[in-house]
Amino acid sequence: MNFNEEQIERYSRHIILKDVGVEGQEKMMAGKVLIIGTGGLGAPAALYLAAAGVGVIGLVDADNVELSNLQRQVIHFTPDVNKPKVISAKEKIEAINPDVKVVTYHTKVFSENITGIIKDYDFVIDGTDNFAAKFLINDACVFAAKPFSHGAILRFSGQTITYVPGSTCYRCIFLTPPPTDAVPNCSQAGILGAVAGMLGTIQATEALKFLIKKGELLQNRLLTFDALDMKFREVAVTRNPRCPICGENPSIKKLIDEAQPVCSLKNKNKKT
Amino acid sequence: MKIKVNGKDQVIDAASLTVTELLKTVKVESPEMVSVQLNGEFLSKEHFANKYVKDADEVDFLYFMAGGIEELPVSEWRK
Repeated sequence: MNFNEEQIERYSRHIILKDVGVEGQEKMMAGKVLIIGTGGLGAPAALYLAAAGVGVIGLVDADNVELSNLQRQVIHFTPDVNKPKVISAKEKIEAINPDVKVVTYHTKVFSENITGIIKDYDFVIDGTDNFAAKFLINDACVFAAKPFSHGAILRFSGQTITYVPGSTCYRCIFLTPPPTDAVPNCSQAGILGAVAGMLGTIQATEALKFLIKKGELLQNRLLTFDALDMKFREVAVTRNPRCPICGENPSIKKLIDEAQPVCSLKNKNKKT
Repeated sequence: MKIKVNGKDQVIDAASLTVTELLKTVKVESPEMVSVQLNGEFLSKEHFANKYVKDADEVDFLYFMAGGIEELPVSEWRK
């Protein structure tokens, strides 16, 4: 790949990094990253991947922008309210960096469509807000041997882990979604907008590290933090022999759609 | 017994406890919303009642978290 003058200038702060250089920048520009959920996590992730010049960014989201999203979903602006999130995000990505090709999927992910959507990408970012999608993304990525970043946030806290084929998967840790009646009422849910930015940015960093093949991914380690006292904790996690998808006797042989807690169905438009 | 809970030393006034009892002792209000790792091994929920935590064991509570819906009070996560 030959950089033009503008690209050399645009990516100069990457290129002068020893661990990136021209070669690493070329890898980012040849990379394809899929972001599922263009909300609190997907928005900052998409902005940084766009700025970094990732070659293809896929965006999956069925929702339209709502006013209550703007407190944290920083890729959407006030005039975007009521616009499909994938369109709003695509416009910003193209404005930031015309080098990036954006592919939009104006849909939710289901067991029937997810494999076809993820197949063309090098890395997947889970920026969804519900357990059904999180377990489905894990299962589809395990089956397709596709690296992905799990991310979740609530109030002031967040958790993230990166899966690569052979490493501890999301189901190794959590096995099955919590019982739907264990999820208490919705009224106290909330998220500090900047916390979503912290986590989405970690996920974008993992995607870029994966593309340039530098450093150590957050694999076999679940990173959790509480921004109220700004403490981070890393929990070593190992493959679970009883994991229903990657264990010794897997019970899940094909993709399934897990039940949604009633609460998140009621609030299906509320993205993290 | 002296055990490690979420990476921190904790002295529990008992020689051993089942995981269910420990969850109660350390005041985890929504045990359905945690995954438990005991000495590096993830436990199925049905083993919470019959698996014992003993002196020098290491226990991690990993919270189910999705976002957008109420799951666990942050005060509980912070323990």
